[in-house]
Amino acid sequence: MKIFLLKGILKDKSRSLLPIIIVGLGAMLTVLLYSWLKGVIGESIIMNANFNTGHVKVISREQAKTPEQMAIDLSLVNIAELKKELKKNVSDMDWVERIRFGSLIDFPDSEGETRAQGPVIGWGLDILSPNTKERERFNLAPSIKRGKMPSKHGEALISEDFAEKFEVKPGDVFTLFGSTMEGGMAFQNFTVSGTVKFGAQVLDRGAIIIDIQDAQQAFQMPDAAGEILGFFNSNLYDTEKAMKVKVKVNAMFASDTDKYAPAAITLQDQEGMGQYLDYADAIGGILITIFISAMAIVLWNSGLLGGLRRYTEFGVRLALGEDKTHIYVSLLYEAVAIGLIGSLLGSFVGVLISYWIQQVGIDLGGMMQGSTLMMPTVIRTAVTPTTYYIGFIPGVFSIVIGNALAGIGIYKRSTARLFNELEV
Amino acid sequence: MKYIKFLLIFLLAINSETYAKYPDAAGIIKKIDENMFSTNRVFESVMTINGKRSSRSIVSRTYSVGDEKSFTEYLSPASEKGTKMLKLDNQLWIYSPGTDRIIQISGHLLRQSVMGSDLSYEDMMEERKLTDIYDAKVIGEEEISNRKCWVMELTAKVEDVAYFSQKLWVDQESYVPIREDLFGKSGKLLKRATLENIKKIQGRWFPMKFTYKDMLKEGNGTVFEMTDVKFDQKIPAYIFSKASLKK
Repeated sequence: MKIFLLKGILKDKSRSLLPIIIVGLGAMLTVLLYSWLKGVIGESIIMNANFNTGHVKVISREQAKTPEQMAIDLSLVNIAELKKELKKNVSDMDWVERIRFGSLIDFPDSEGETRAQGPVIGWGLDILSPNTKERERFNLAPSIKRGKMPSKHGEALISEDFAEKFEVKPGDVFTLFGSTMEGGMAFQNFTVSGTVKFGAQVLDRGAIIIDIQDAQQAFQMPDAAGEILGFFNSNLYDTEKAMKVKVKVNAMFASDTDKYAPAAITLQDQEGMGQYLDYADAIGGILITIFISAMAIVLWNSGLLGGLRRYTEFGVRLALGEDKTHIYVSLLYEAVAIGLIGSLLGSFVGVLISYWIQQVGIDLGGMMQGSTLMMPTVIRTAVTPTTYYIGFIPGVFSIVIGNALAGIGIYKRSTARLFNELEV
Repeated sequence: MKYIKFLLIFLLAINSETYAKYPDAAGIIKKIDENMFSTNRVFESVMTINGKRSSRSIVSRTYSVGDEKSFTEYLSPASEKGTKMLKLDNQLWIYSPGTDRIIQISGHLLRQSVMGSDLSYEDMMEERKLTDIYDAKVIGEEEISNRKCWVMELTAKVEDVAYFSQKLWVDQESYVPIREDLFGKSGKLLKRATLENIKKIQGRWFPMKFTYKDMLKEGNGTVFEMTDVKFDQKIPAYIFSKASLKK
């Protein structure tokens, strides 16, 4: 019967073409939207983890009350000892110290007086050690637009947009001006080794990257750091593992009553990342629900139209003695076949387009002017194993539900009136 | 009608009695200005900043001429030694010996804290006479630290002021404010200053110890204590030049 039905579908285009197109479009849109959202959210999570949150972050208890603020006076102290403890107790993570700061960059004129000034957000991170992974986390080398990576202390990378605005080039000297950990004035001269473009508006407006030791010197923070970030060796965020690390680290310092004692928080404890991760997990479900609902209504309507068109056919089949349930089941089989064909075609096209966008990317930088979110300006889709089958779920379900609803009409046909109807 | 007339006369009587109770506000702030402001002054001070995690003291020497010129050199601790600040009218420059740079401070940066204290650059620069920038009225009489004070309300009459309004408790004997509550335009209390150790120096009453508390930040405030103050001195003109920053 199945082959008979399939032949019917393929030969009777008026029965199959429109539903296949609708299912195909729906499946394609599902695939595209899913891979788009996965791509955007995935990139943002990776970017946030690498730049700001780590997978687990250790900060002072006071800082943990407002982890999004860059309060240098709430920094951790005795970090060499602290890192040793962390490495001993949580060995499957890379622990790195960083200093995040808000500061001012002052560019001198030929007399050494202020020519221009601008606010920056800055990172002091380990960029000079031979085995550091921080350069990769910040994607520094590929992000360099002019100049080169810092190779010695006293060199800095600044945002390309910021450098252009202030007409600064590699080799120029500037003064970093901010507050020390104790609140005093921090002044330190740096040479621009290169300019970088990270592809995130919030960073490209004005960022500076210096070595952690230079930051410690500038802000008078010997053996101190704003935060110690932990990254899983797999480089993938795992909620359960991160929670375990958080509990373990907090237990290590539970007896310490100092309000500046270390406290651990996970990626999802920070800056709305929790909701973001939940949202990322729920995307598939949300999309499937939306598409099944919307397409089921469209296909129900299409099924009703088909049912009207096939009114006579069903009447003849009933008159010939075919069971109503048999007709209804054959209608559902047809729907499954159409759903599979449409989903296959739609998913194929959807995956192709998604794969292309994943490779090429779409630059939305112009739309993100003034954005404070740490999001990449070039948006890429993410083709994951789910991308290949997600289109089939709404594709098949919607047409089956649509036809199941439309097919109920078969049971309302009265056999006694069939001949009257067929005479017309 | 008879009753209304009676009521009006009664209210006028009460009102005039209220005003008669307190001295003229303009006269009080004029006397405050005469005490607190001079043609010029040279002073050494110790600023103790009681931060969230620790306290530290910074010693400095300041030369100032009216509200136009001011020059401060930080003498200790070692990390701040040699840092100098020059204010000329509305401009401020800082010299840091470590970088050998003169950096101009302007715009919103003037509202930033000086050396992590409860004082902003704007606070340090604000040297204008109260009579020039505020309208005043006396709103009551209170006793603070066993001193009888006039309670005054000052409201800005010019645009470019750091604090839109102030509430002062002015010592009735010395005409020195012994407490100042400084408010923003929204009416929010931004800072509180307590002035103590009032001494008579060169014929004027002057507080030698100021305690500032930024009400928007944690910490226990900043104590600014003058160890030596001289008024109406001969200050060489070169002190107030950018060249002197690097000397």
